[in-house]
This record gives sequence, C-alpha cells and structure tokens, in this order.
Amino acid sequence: MKLNIAAAPHVRSKDNVRAVMVDVLIALIPSVIVSTWVFGLKALWIMLYTMVLAEAMEMFIMKVLRKQKDFKPDGSASVTGLLLAMNLSLAVNWWQILIGTFAAIVLGKHVYGGLGKNVFNPALVGRVFMLISFPVAMTTWYRPFYYKFDTITTATPLAILKEKGVSTLANWPDYAINLKTLFIGTVPGSIGEVSALALIIGFIYLVVRGRIKIWIPVTYMSTVFVIASIFYLIDPAKYASPLFHLFAGGLMLGALFMATDMVTSPMTVKGQVIFGLGLGLITMTIRLFGGYPEGVSFSILIMNALVPLIDIYAKPRIFGTTRGGKK
Amino acid sequence: MALLTFKGGVHPPEKKELAEHKEIKVLPLPEKVYIYTTNHIGAPAKIIVEPGQKVKTGQKIGEANGFISANIHSSVTGEVVEIVKMTNAATGTKNDVVVIQRTGEDEWDLIPNHGDYTKKTPQEIIEIVKEAGIVGLGGAMFPSHVKMSIPEGKKAEYLIINAAECEPYITIDNRMMLEKSKEIVKGIKIVMHTIGVEKAYIGIENNKPEAIEKMKEAVSGEPIEVKVLKTKYPQGAEKQLIYAITKKEVPSGGLPLDVGAVVFNVSTTYAIYEAVEKGKPLVERGITLTGEGVKNPGNFIYRIGTLAKDLLEHVGLVEEEKIDRILYGGPMMGIPLPSIDLPTFKGNNALTVITKEVAPKKETFPCIRCSKCVQVCPINLMPFLLKMQVEKREYDKAMEYGLMDCIECGSCSYACPAGLELVKTFKTGKKVARALKGRAKK
Repeated sequence: MKLNIAAAPHVRSKDNVRAVMVDVLIALIPSVIVSTWVFGLKALWIMLYTMVLAEAMEMFIMKVLRKQKDFKPDGSASVTGLLLAMNLSLAVNWWQILIGTFAAIVLGKHVYGGLGKNVFNPALVGRVFMLISFPVAMTTWYRPFYYKFDTITTATPLAILKEKGVSTLANWPDYAINLKTLFIGTVPGSIGEVSALALIIGFIYLVVRGRIKIWIPVTYMSTVFVIASIFYLIDPAKYASPLFHLFAGGLMLGALFMATDMVTSPMTVKGQVIFGLGLGLITMTIRLFGGYPEGVSFSILIMNALVPLIDIYAKPRIFGTTRGGKK
Repeated sequence: MALLTFKGGVHPPEKKELAEHKEIKVLPLPEKVYIYTTNHIGAPAKIIVEPGQKVKTGQKIGEANGFISANIHSSVTGEVVEIVKMTNAATGTKNDVVVIQRTGEDEWDLIPNHGDYTKKTPQEIIEIVKEAGIVGLGGAMFPSHVKMSIPEGKKAEYLIINAAECEPYITIDNRMMLEKSKEIVKGIKIVMHTIGVEKAYIGIENNKPEAIEKMKEAVSGEPIEVKVLKTKYPQGAEKQLIYAITKKEVPSGGLPLDVGAVVFNVSTTYAIYEAVEKGKPLVERGITLTGEGVKNPGNFIYRIGTLAKDLLEHVGLVEEEKIDRILYGGPMMGIPLPSIDLPTFKGNNALTVITKEVAPKKETFPCIRCSKCVQVCPINLMPFLLKMQVEKREYDKAMEYGLMDCIECGSCSYACPAGLELVKTFKTGKKVARALKGRAKK
C-alpha cells in the first residue's frame, strides 16, 4: 500500500486566499450599487473596465513575464482594480485609467515581487500616480445625479470646507451638504467613496466573515473623531464637526477598505492600533493644515512604509515571558 | 460559569462521532510483536534478551539506559525471534527492535512488590512505575518515574490530569473515563500520594459531557476536582491546559513544576494504577482505530508492538486506492506512517486512516499577511515572521522571535488561507537551531 507522507496537520481549514478576495469584492457590492445610482452607468463602466484591465495585466505579467504557466487568478487584481476605480473621479478617460492601472499593478505590486510582497497599497499607488499625472481630471468632480443637470461639475464638501470655510457648507447651491446626504452618499467625490452607509454595510459583512483587521478602522476613525472634536470645541465657526470629518471625503473608504488591505497593514492588534493612530494624525494634519483638502491616500501610503517596522516593534508578549520579552 | 480556556487556537472538525460511542474491546493477542528500544523519549533501552530466549508477558526485555529512559517489556508470551533495526517514525531515528513470536496464551511476569499503594512510600511507588516502564501516554512518551521524582528544592502544589483530548477523531481517553473511572481515580490518588500534593484537577473539554458526569461522580468526596474546558484545539497542550485551569503561565523554556504543576495524561494514571496495584508492566493500552478509511472504527485495548497492519485488520480498511495516509495519533499532530508494516509503540493513542476525500489538497498562495496565524497561535508567536527568519537561516533572530517556544500544535498551518507549511518549517528550524547550539558549545 502506498502511503502519503505529508507534514502535519493532516487537516486544513477550507479557507483560501481567493475566498478572502471574493469576500472583499462582495463587501464592496453595496458601494458599487450606490455609486451607480448617484453617478450613473458611467461609474459602473469605469469600475468594470478597471477590474478587467487589472486582471488582464496581472495575467500577462504572471504567465508571460514571470513564466508561471499554472497561475490561476486569485482575485487580488480585481480587488486592486475595483478599489482604484472607486478612488477615481468620473472625469478621467480610458487611457488615463490604463496608465493608472499599470501604475497600480506593475509599479505598486509586481516590481516588489507580486501578491503579498508589496509595501504600498497598490490601488493607492495607482491613484496618487494619476493625481500627480492628471491633476485636472482627477480633481474635477461631478455633482450627484449629474446626468439630470446642464452644469455638471461642482466642488466636494472637503474642498468647500478648505477654500470657502465652514459657513458655506450649509448653503451650497449645487447640492445639499448635511450629515444625511454625506451618510447616504448623494454628494460629489470619488466614485466609490461617497456613501458611508454602503461602505459600513460592506465592513459589517467582512467583520462577520472574519476577514478584516478590525482595529485599524476603529482606531483610525476614533483618532479622526477625537482630533476633529477638539478643534470643533475650540471654534465651531471655523472647524467642521467631527461627524462631518468621519463621513466626508475618502475617510470611510480609506479606513474600512484601503488601510485594512492585509498585505500592507500590521499583523498584531498592537501594531494595528499604532497604525490607526498614525493614520488619524496624518489625515487630520493634512485636512486641517495641509494644502490638499483630503489626506486619506497620503496618510495610508506614509503609514504603509512603516508597517515592517511596526510589525517588529509591536510583537505580542510570548506566552511564559514577562512584558519585556525576558525569560 | 464561563468555560476555562486559553487565547488563540482553532476549531478543526471534531469527527469524534466515528468512535465515541464504541465500547472498548480487548483485541485478540497478536502473533508477533515488535518492541522498539525507543518506546519513550530519551536514551534507547539496553536490550537484555537474546534471540531464541523464551519470554513471558510483562517480562523485562530492555533496561532503562540513563536518567531519561525507560524499561521495555515483552507484550506477549513467546520467544525472541530476532533483533532488527527499524526506523521509529515518532523519533525519526533508526533503532533496535526486539521481535517476539507468540507461542501461547499469556503467562504474566508481574512486578513482585505490587499492592495497596497506601502502604508504600513515594520512593517505592516510583520504583514500581520505573520497573513497569510507564511513559506519558498522551503521545509525548516522557518517562513517568522521572516526572514523579520531584527534584530537591522544588515543590509540586497540584496535579493536573489531562483529559482534554483536543485532537480530532481520538476518543480513547473519553472511553477510558466512561469505563474505567474508578481505576483512573485510584491512579490519580497514587500519583498525588507519590508527588505529595493535596489537590488534583481533571481537565475535560465540554464536548465529552458523559465523561464529565462520570468523572464528577467518581471523584466525589476526594480532593479532586473536574474542570470543564472549552472545546478548542490545542486545549490539551500542557502549557495551555495549565493556563486554562490555574491562569498561570509556564515560563518560557521552563517546566510545569515551575508553576507548581505536575501534569499526567488520564490514560497514564490508569497505567500507573495497573502497575502499582496489579503489578502489570506497560504492555497494553487503549487505542482508537478511526478515520474515514476504517470500516468499523472503535476503541480497543491492544498489545504494544503490534504491527499497524495487524491492528487495522480488526477494523477493516476501505479500498486501498481510497486511502491517502495513515497516522500515528490524530490529524493535527499525528505522524504519517511510511508503511503499514510498522509497529505501534507506547505513545500510540490512535491510528487514524485518512482517505483521499478528506485529505487536505490545499492550493498554495503567497502569504497575504492576513494575520490568521498570529491570531491562532496559542503561544503568541508571529508565525509569518518566524517562517521568514527560519527560511533565511537567521536562527539567532528566529530564537529571539520565540522559535523554541513553539509547541508545534499546527494551528497556524491549519488556519493559513495561503496553505503555507508554517509548523513544518518550525519543526525543522528547531532541530537545526538545536544542532547549531550543540556545535557552538563544543
């Protein structure tokens, strides 16, 4: 009788990387639906186009350039593609997206060695690459339900806050800016960032499925909330409310889906808390004092660079040792 | 009351239902037995018989050779045929094996001064246990007499009986508790008397409600308490068990005795009872023959040294092409048999036959740093980081990251969605690191 001699354990969980990626895609479905409702079919096409491009590029790199003949798509490129699309303005065109996807998949991922090896969130590498390369298209914002109007562009809530001050927010002529519209998502912004509600539904799905490093969004959003509250209490006429900061711009998308990218975030609870704190501090520094209205992408990329260090310093206490690791 | 447990761990399918309701049956005597000189961890026993010599059941055929070593005994009445070399899959070394052909029914060679334990000093009991060649029957096979001899300057405060049986499939400890509860309690009292403790705890996972009831009944009036543990792998790992019951952590690199605990497997206490009160050396024990590849899984008493093939004949195997692997032990920490013609040894609490259908065929991916391994590690290691260090052969760094603290439970490999061989890397890494350390000392 021929017996198999394999390494223990001889039973393995049914979990696999592809299932993780599929769950992330499922969690993004509510946001895709809201985005299509607010920004029309064009938004849907951009998201599908970017996903297909990303998968095609990954296939080409793996099969042709890296000669891995038996490579089967693991879904990670689709996740990168979809998240990149969700971080884009409706004003970008097809070749700009092509270049952005190239930046994400090639410069953001495969130059490091592919899945699991990249330091920076690939979708954000693509996004920042496009923001620098195509500043006009990337900061031209379509108003919600633009397809019903003649003048279609407008300013985002965070841009209005930065340029015109907190008093203008309440009586902006193009669309209503209040906590309700910010929560539901009927405001201008990147394709997938507008609806806090849809993103939170997706987040809950990931929590239930145990697919998310939950401490990152918790500390990130708490830090933003606390800093915004302090400034709001000092001068409510000058600074926006903490809830506005939570629901406006890319914070929800960034905190729930970009910062929690498994590859580019810390592994231990302690590390995730440090990561979230850093993200909150940098985001609020940029939002309150920086030149850009929004700081989520930059804060995530900056903190990504610190992850290897955080992982080493935030090691948990080994069982049977004292706090300092002494035996 | 909240169930006692530890941090981390996994929930593999339990599969206890295959054999948990099957009463223990005594198997017919084998025709031939193969007794390893390494039926324990430590130095191999020194063989004291020659081919052609007649031996009785329980007769000593090998003597403990060193401080950590144990006696071995013939498990049948018959004649020594030959002494051959065979690879012991558990220790990975090639050792002498005494082959004995059975010639008739049992004629016992009992330990002479056995009897009522209350009339014996601890030292006398330790002598009997040593004579009987008893080792840890949970699988570790550490000589019991060594564990029972508390070194000077140390003091045992309590005895913990490991009846967690957290490995999937295996049900023999459960059945032993249901069918031999009185003998087990007696064994526990013998150990308590020997190591001089006033208190003992029996840790049982809550997936064995009948055993919990039975043991509670059996210990009433005794200074022994049944502790119900949460069903979670590796609840029966020594450090995790001690932590669950006492909330004390065995220091890194230390022994249970450092926190005042002495841990014995429940089947070991039964063997101690048999040796001390009945004078029987350790030549038979309970085993679960189970797995999807077995036709009639069940629990049995068998003679140590029986070939796996002969044991499995009693339960019947499914078609050969359906069988993937056969394990000494359960699926989480079990050791695969390279061949069905290998003998069993004292630590064998189960033979699990895994079919191709249930064997893992996991697609492998690169590590996506999902942190599952960090979450499940009961020792709080960072398996992904550790694996990187071992693969880079940075053994100093790996040891700094706790390589030697790894208990090899396999939870990380079980949980890994990328299908990576984490625990396998650590097992190899530990061996290499130990060898390097040994060389550095010279």
